[in-house]
Amino acid sequence: MATMSAIGERIKRREDPRLITGHATYTDDMQPTGMTYLHLVRSPYAHANIKSINSEAAAKMPGVLAIITGEELKAHAAPLVNVAVGHEIPAHYSLAVDRVRHVGEAVAAVIADSRYTARDAAEAIEVDYEVLPVITEAIQAYKDGAVQLHEGFKNNLAAELHFGNDNAAAFQNPEVLVEQRFVNQRLAPNPMETRSLIAEWQIGEDALTLTTSTQIPHILRTLLCLVMSIPEHKIRVIAPEVGGGFGCKLNIYAEEVIAVYASKKLGRPVNWVETRSESLRSTIHGRDMIFDARLAATKDGVITGLDIVGYCNMGAYLQLLSTAIPVLAGLIVSGAYAIPLVHFKGLCIYTNTTPTDAYRGAGRPEATYMIERIVTMLAEKLGVDPMEIRRKNFVQPDAFPYANNLGLAYDSGDYEVTMNKAMELFGYDEMRKTQAEALAQGRYIGIGQSTYVEVCGLGPGSGMPTGRGYDCAVIRTEVTGKVTVFTGVSPHGQGQETSFAQVVAANFGIPIEDVIVKHGDTNNTPYGMGTYGSRGTAVGSGALMLAVDSIKEKAKKIAAFQLEASEDDIVFEDGVFSVKGAGGGKTLTWQQMCYVAYVDPKMAPVIEPGLEATRYFEPGNFVYPFGTHLCAVEIDAESGDITILKYIAVDDCGNQINPLLVEGQVHGGLAQGISQALYEEVVYDENGQLISGSLMDYTVPTASELPFYTLDHTTTPSPVNPLGVKGIGEAGTIASTPCVVNAVQDALKTFGVGEINMPLRSEKIWKAMQSKNGH
Amino acid sequence: MKRTVKLTVNGTTYERDVEPRTLFVHFLRDDLGLTGTHIGCDTSQCGACTIIVNGQSLKSCTAFAIQMNGAEVKTIEGMAKPGELHPIQEGFWEEHGLQCGYCTPGMIMQAAQLLERNPNPSEAEIRKGIEGNLCRCTGYQNIVKAIQHAAAHPKQPV
Repeated sequence: MATMSAIGERIKRREDPRLITGHATYTDDMQPTGMTYLHLVRSPYAHANIKSINSEAAAKMPGVLAIITGEELKAHAAPLVNVAVGHEIPAHYSLAVDRVRHVGEAVAAVIADSRYTARDAAEAIEVDYEVLPVITEAIQAYKDGAVQLHEGFKNNLAAELHFGNDNAAAFQNPEVLVEQRFVNQRLAPNPMETRSLIAEWQIGEDALTLTTSTQIPHILRTLLCLVMSIPEHKIRVIAPEVGGGFGCKLNIYAEEVIAVYASKKLGRPVNWVETRSESLRSTIHGRDMIFDARLAATKDGVITGLDIVGYCNMGAYLQLLSTAIPVLAGLIVSGAYAIPLVHFKGLCIYTNTTPTDAYRGAGRPEATYMIERIVTMLAEKLGVDPMEIRRKNFVQPDAFPYANNLGLAYDSGDYEVTMNKAMELFGYDEMRKTQAEALAQGRYIGIGQSTYVEVCGLGPGSGMPTGRGYDCAVIRTEVTGKVTVFTGVSPHGQGQETSFAQVVAANFGIPIEDVIVKHGDTNNTPYGMGTYGSRGTAVGSGALMLAVDSIKEKAKKIAAFQLEASEDDIVFEDGVFSVKGAGGGKTLTWQQMCYVAYVDPKMAPVIEPGLEATRYFEPGNFVYPFGTHLCAVEIDAESGDITILKYIAVDDCGNQINPLLVEGQVHGGLAQGISQALYEEVVYDENGQLISGSLMDYTVPTASELPFYTLDHTTTPSPVNPLGVKGIGEAGTIASTPCVVNAVQDALKTFGVGEINMPLRSEKIWKAMQSKNGH
Repeated sequence: MKRTVKLTVNGTTYERDVEPRTLFVHFLRDDLGLTGTHIGCDTSQCGACTIIVNGQSLKSCTAFAIQMNGAEVKTIEGMAKPGELHPIQEGFWEEHGLQCGYCTPGMIMQAAQLLERNPNPSEAEIRKGIEGNLCRCTGYQNIVKAIQHAAAHPKQPV
């Protein structure tokens, strides 16, 4: 069955048959010969000196192959890497040396011949700790005299960020001032597959293969080379089937370093699979930012200034991108609104908690939550409709590219059109009537909104904190006319095996079955940045299109030779090369083209054999998807339970290659954003103990806790890349959190309860309603 | 001290010596090589390891292998013959009911039990029926649609 596809068609995924039959191969599904198993001894304390480690009993247990401590590893591996530019970072060893700084930090490693033995031995290792005072909250940790985590980092300050202009004038006698502290609670990413890896040292070749559940195989390979001093060309990183990432697999982790070292030491493959409880302690967390926000406006509702001081909890160490997350927040705090005077100050602060880093949205949810809440609060203060205040302050369609005064230039957009579409789909005026009628009957319905814009598609050639931002594609035609695509992005659920094949097949006029897309193995894919920051399609498809162009260019030369015409007269349509105006003349099919390119001896003196292209695409800017989300909630006054009655998302991600995949991304994003608003929270007690340490205590929502989503879209192509696409992986998460919270606050308006920090669990709502005792 | 367990998995009978503490999910994956059954947590919340034992769905991390003596077990690998798909698998494919795919085998096994007990479930009944299975990618909407698709197309398409 041949499927002729077009860009923009809903094509079901080509990844799925292996996944729905149980035949996909995730990391832990592989069992190389001689496998050994790694288990880690982790600190039960949030802050302590390590006085001694006694592993004698463990070492004697049958099946135990090695026990490694921080002292040993330190001699063979440099500290983990952070992309920090312009500031010092304290050493972060893969196994703690002398001191631990968060619960779950690894202090010793056991390698044994079975999973169970490794665990038994880890339990037999005795670590003597001297417990130290603990600090878990960023604002407290920043105070003078607070417990200090790292020498030389006064006030536990990792970095201080400033974006924007001098905004003081906006706050001298503003006509209207809204001030509020917004808390983005700490979250755990929780992909369903935890981190897992197999490190295989090849004796005799002095080479390493690391199969690992990662979003960034190429970057990880470079980082491993730097940390472990293994020559880069002797390292192969494979990201096999990866069971979700959401940012938390965009890193180099201690366990990767430990397993590589152990495999080299033992000359055997080393497997490590994180348990979920381990994951909640040792995989990065997200959010944990507190923004003190001030918004100035005129009495007419024109926003004149915005000022943010952000307390950004880094956790105990900086992981790869820890300080880059507040950067992404700071750059877009003004959201979709033209705000002339705006400043963001971000304080990145160490605490005795698991490090924070990228979690779906990464900085943009924090910024968007603040701006979408405070703009709605401004509307309330002025007694105008929250949609009208947005209309008044939107960046206007003729202002693009729009410089947002924080360092970004928004690529394209028409925010009002999208908002109008969402309001119509939602039945906004009708719902306001329903709300009023309900209130008259003692029922509490609220309407929430979020008219977000976000920045993604990391990243432009300049303007990335990490260096150049690009991706790469190789298109290799085969002799028989089939096509193999190698991409530098590393999908793990996003579906580029389908959408990229769709693009290539449509461009060459061949069935999608004739194209296969390979990714995730540094041995056969070109150097690329991987999949994160809604970049896979936004950047990866750019490289793909450039490679398509290169192939077409060479194919035209070949066609000109074969059809005895001028190159300029060659037409390539529906998979057939012909000569312009020569109706009924000689033609060349795509299959014939590929065949002659590799085989025809007549071309020997004239054209180099083969038909293959490698192209890098480095966009000139980020992309800026936007949209309007609206939701209606009802609150049960008896219990404080929140029910989402309706959720509408109208997003604009530019041109869509495969709307089925776009919708899937939006659905998943919505679930995580709604869940931040209502359910999820990483909780530490005052001793730095993780209270939400398993899925019994940390809420990953079920099907019953999430609503039905109604989606629509507008299409404003991006000028930044060849296909005019914008990323859509994070938009749902970014937009939905403030939308839900605005709705709940709207429902509680008559109670005047003030800000309630997320997650808006029913007991919090109920208590707030009781304390104010109704209207 | 190892003990012998004899059971039938996807129509094949196996006899193996196992440590009494071996979790059934590890037995399936490590001993029998049936790696389609996944592990997503350590507290029986996620349901990625859901299989069918004697006609009932079971989270295979909650049982020891030795408890399965004499059991009739079906895993994701046994849902359809090679080259064919079960209607629920068809549903997941048609409705884009999966992204990373990690929860999918458990979700499909649970859906099979749900549809066996209630061939025409409402949306709320489907959501309730898969409450023991977590998905982090899809937001569940397309999983609900996938199960509805399977309910509407119970026969395998020709």
